Amino acid sequence: MLNIQYFASIREALNKNQEQLELPATVSSVQELIDYLLSADPQFESVFSENNKVLVAVNQIVVNRNHALSAEDEVAFFPPMTGG
Amino acid sequence: MISIQNEDFDIAQEYAALRLRAGDAGAIVVFTGLVRELYDLAGHGQQPDNVDSLFLEHYPGMTEKCLQDINAQAEKRWPLLATRIIHRVGELKSKDQIVFVATASAHRHAAFESAQFIMDYLKSNAPFWKKQKTSNSSAWVESREIDQVALDRWKDQQA
Repeated sequence: MLNIQYFASIREALNKNQEQLELPATVSSVQELIDYLLSADPQFESVFSENNKVLVAVNQIVVNRNHALSAEDEVAFFPPMTGG
Repeated sequence: MISIQNEDFDIAQEYAALRLRAGDAGAIVVFTGLVRELYDLAGHGQQPDNVDSLFLEHYPGMTEKCLQDINAQAEKRWPLLATRIIHRVGELKSKDQIVFVATASAHRHAAFESAQFIMDYLKSNAPFWKKQKTSNSSAWVESREIDQVALDRWKDQQA
C-alpha cells in the first residue's frame, strides 16, 4: 500500500493528513499519482492547481514529478517549507 | 546533535554542553531565532501588532533526516568540532525562541559561516511550516524568495 501524507495548507484543504492507497495499475510515477488523485477526487483540483506550488517527497526525500513509485512508498505532498 | 521539540531551550545550558563537547575549540558561534510579530502576510491586510501565536507543523521522521543531512553537509565543508541544532514545533508565542544553532571550530570564520549555512538551509530545506494566528484569522506563512537567494549563494560558492 502507498502511504500518502499531506501537510500544512494541503492537509487543511483536503481535511485529511494521510491515506492508504493500493498503487493503481496506471500509476508508475509521481505525476501519474497526481493525475490519478485528480480524477478520483475533485478536492485535489485546488491543491494541484497551476498557481499553487506543491512539493513532493517519496520516502522522505524531495523528488521531482518524474520520480518512479513503488507499491510500498511513503509519498508526501506539501507547500514550500518555512522553517527557522 | 539535533532536537525537534515542543519545549523551550536554555541557551546557557546548551552553550555549556557544546563547549564541553567541542574539545579545544577556539570559537563557538551561537544563533537564536525568535518568533517575530510581523510576517509579511501580503494581501491579508494584517497589522503586525495583533499576531497572537505561531503554529509550527513539521513532518516527523523527514525533519530529523533533513537536519542530519544539513549538519553533515556543514561538517563536510568546515572543520567543525561540535554542532547543536534545536528546532521547536507546535504552538509558539510572539518573541518565543524558535530555533537554536551553535557551531564550534578552531577558528571563527568556520564557526560563523557554518552557523549561517545551517540556518539558510534549514529555512527552505527542512519540512517545517509556520501558521500565523491573529485574534480573528490565521494564515500559512509563505516561503520567501530572499530565503532561496540565501540558499543559492552557498551553491555558487561550491561550484
